[in-house]
Amino acid sequence: MSANSIIKANNKSLAIKLVVVVAAGLAFGFALAPLYDVVCKAIGINGKADITATDISKGITVDKSRVVTILFTGQTMPGLDWSFDSNQSSMQVHPGEITLTSYTARNDGDKPIVGTAVPSVVPEVAALHFKKIECFCFSNQTLQPGEVKDMPIRYYISPDLPKSINTVTLSYAFYKVDDKDAENN
Amino acid sequence: MSTTTATHHDDHEDHGHPTGVMRWVASTNHKDIGTMYLWFSLFMFFFAGALALGIRAELFQPGLQFIEPENFNKLTTLHGLIMIFGAIMPAFVGFANWMIPLMIGTSDLAFPRLNNMSFWLMIPAAILLMASIFVPGGAVAGGWTMYPPLSVQNPSMGVDMTILALHILGISSIVGSINIITTILNMRAPGMSLMKMPLFVWTWLITAFLLIASMPVLAGALTMLLTDRHFGTTFFDAAGGGDPVLFQHVFWFFGHPEVYIMILPAFGLISTIIPTFARKPLFGYASMVYATSAIALLSFVVWAHHMFTTGMPVAGQLFFMYSTMLISVPTGVKVFNWIATMWKGSLTFETPMLFSVAVVLLFTIGGFSGLVLAIVPVDIQLQDTYYVVAHFHYVLFSGAAMAIMGAVYYWIPKWTGFMYDESLGKTHFWLTTIAFNITFFPMHFTGLAGMPRRIPDYALQFAEFNMISSIGAFALGVSQLLFLYIVVKTIRGGKLAGDNPWETVEGLEWTVPSPAPFHTFETPPTVK
Repeated sequence: MSANSIIKANNKSLAIKLVVVVAAGLAFGFALAPLYDVVCKAIGINGKADITATDISKGITVDKSRVVTILFTGQTMPGLDWSFDSNQSSMQVHPGEITLTSYTARNDGDKPIVGTAVPSVVPEVAALHFKKIECFCFSNQTLQPGEVKDMPIRYYISPDLPKSINTVTLSYAFYKVDDKDAENN
Repeated sequence: MSTTTATHHDDHEDHGHPTGVMRWVASTNHKDIGTMYLWFSLFMFFFAGALALGIRAELFQPGLQFIEPENFNKLTTLHGLIMIFGAIMPAFVGFANWMIPLMIGTSDLAFPRLNNMSFWLMIPAAILLMASIFVPGGAVAGGWTMYPPLSVQNPSMGVDMTILALHILGISSIVGSINIITTILNMRAPGMSLMKMPLFVWTWLITAFLLIASMPVLAGALTMLLTDRHFGTTFFDAAGGGDPVLFQHVFWFFGHPEVYIMILPAFGLISTIIPTFARKPLFGYASMVYATSAIALLSFVVWAHHMFTTGMPVAGQLFFMYSTMLISVPTGVKVFNWIATMWKGSLTFETPMLFSVAVVLLFTIGGFSGLVLAIVPVDIQLQDTYYVVAHFHYVLFSGAAMAIMGAVYYWIPKWTGFMYDESLGKTHFWLTTIAFNITFFPMHFTGLAGMPRRIPDYALQFAEFNMISSIGAFALGVSQLLFLYIVVKTIRGGKLAGDNPWETVEGLEWTVPSPAPFHTFETPPTVK
């Protein structure tokens, strides 16, 4: 083999190795999406609250020594012609105490609409400690034109809530569910 | 492909090279492709500069004068995207093409045809970006970072054109980087060990690795954005369980290495120029190599300092604050070395040296404002204010762009065979430096006073500083026409440069004739 063709062969094999680096970078870019969800869920750092029911069969101890203020807010996102707000703007609860509150939604449009509520908790670290037993956010909600619906949530604040947190805000953003999504669900 | 180019590929015998349009379209010559990259970059620099003047015209006075708010947002967005991907990055690739083979003593890049492809991919991408202004709905307007939900909700075809353009530019950069790494690692002249390479080659080697590691991540983010827009996925849409903050993480995982991609080659350029005009070897060569590598590695663990206001846990804020501050250590090593190179040197201040010294000073100012912004409680105040605009223009204009200009003056005698007009060059330098500071220094103050970026109108108390900035910006823009004039004048003729106009003892590029012949180092030189 001439010197020239040796160089060419070396160049080719190095280039192939570098293409592997590029492929790994691309895979990593996409892997960040599930990775992000897993990490955030595990350490509860992005304020994403659970949308599945908490199992309370083991029982919870109520911490009567602490009082936590819970603030409720709600909003509808563009494209959803609903009125939506909490019925109580705030509550005082003891950690571990199971409490019921509710939101009210009204369909202001002239067609039946399916919506889905996405909860979020501030401060973010409190998200892991906001436990819902029952919530309208667990499933899609359908409202007929003009229909008014009371939407309850039953929840408790885990006694593990860090001592430094005295106030927790629960916010719901209601989104319109696309018709084709609704069929799939 | 024409027969002339076919013969061109045949061998390295002495033969005439193809002429006319095909010389450029089918070129596999690193010098011709380098020249095309540099002209492309200059054109895009003027285009994006004109957009910036639109911004400054609107901001000359409070109130809405010339530009509708949504068009103003398009101006800021396209100005950023085009300056980054169309002006600064291609300019560095142009230098890499022209100078790396000459500096390491090889005849061309490892894959000349891929090199041609890398360049010609940029043209459709640039056309897509520029044409997106004219489609219904107009260009992308949510900032160069293209954060969702705006970038998902904006129905304009212009957003899709921008995403496609960035995909193409990414492919071009990745192919170019593979080419450059392979050239540097496999094709150095005998005796040119890694630690004997000129620092510009080192910085490009590291930059190319940053590019192949980070560009694919951007491609991932853009693809997810595209499928969110058109195929019903919800990576970034909270309604479907996604999270817009995820985009910011993926984007900045690319975006922070990207800012070093835009500055490391500039470090390499001024590390080449300063020793020449100090008539001393570069101080601390090995520490420069290690500092550059350290900056590159750290650039992958600081991304979330762009996101301090997204509501991060304190532990995360502290980690990203300290890792960001840590970068100032290797950067400080570099600044120290440049000053130590000048210390007790036989300094002369021709235009390339003036630009390099200005880069050391002004980039350091940009570095310091970066340190200020790294402090979480301060950043929360200054996020998205003009202080940030001042910071990144001090690192990108007076860091990257002015290093590029200095390097053009430094090597244009080698490229053209003629000396540029020194007094015109110095005039260009002083106009640029003074106008730059008039434009951007007041932005520190408007930012500290709370003026947000990306708005077409502002409160009355910011009026004076904005007027000063706008006057500076127009002076800066007009000064660059002088640069174009000097470059064209030098190409057309002038005093003969000779092979080594700077009488430097370092650099293989000065051992070949000026202008550099079409083929050089077909027999590799031996480096002692």
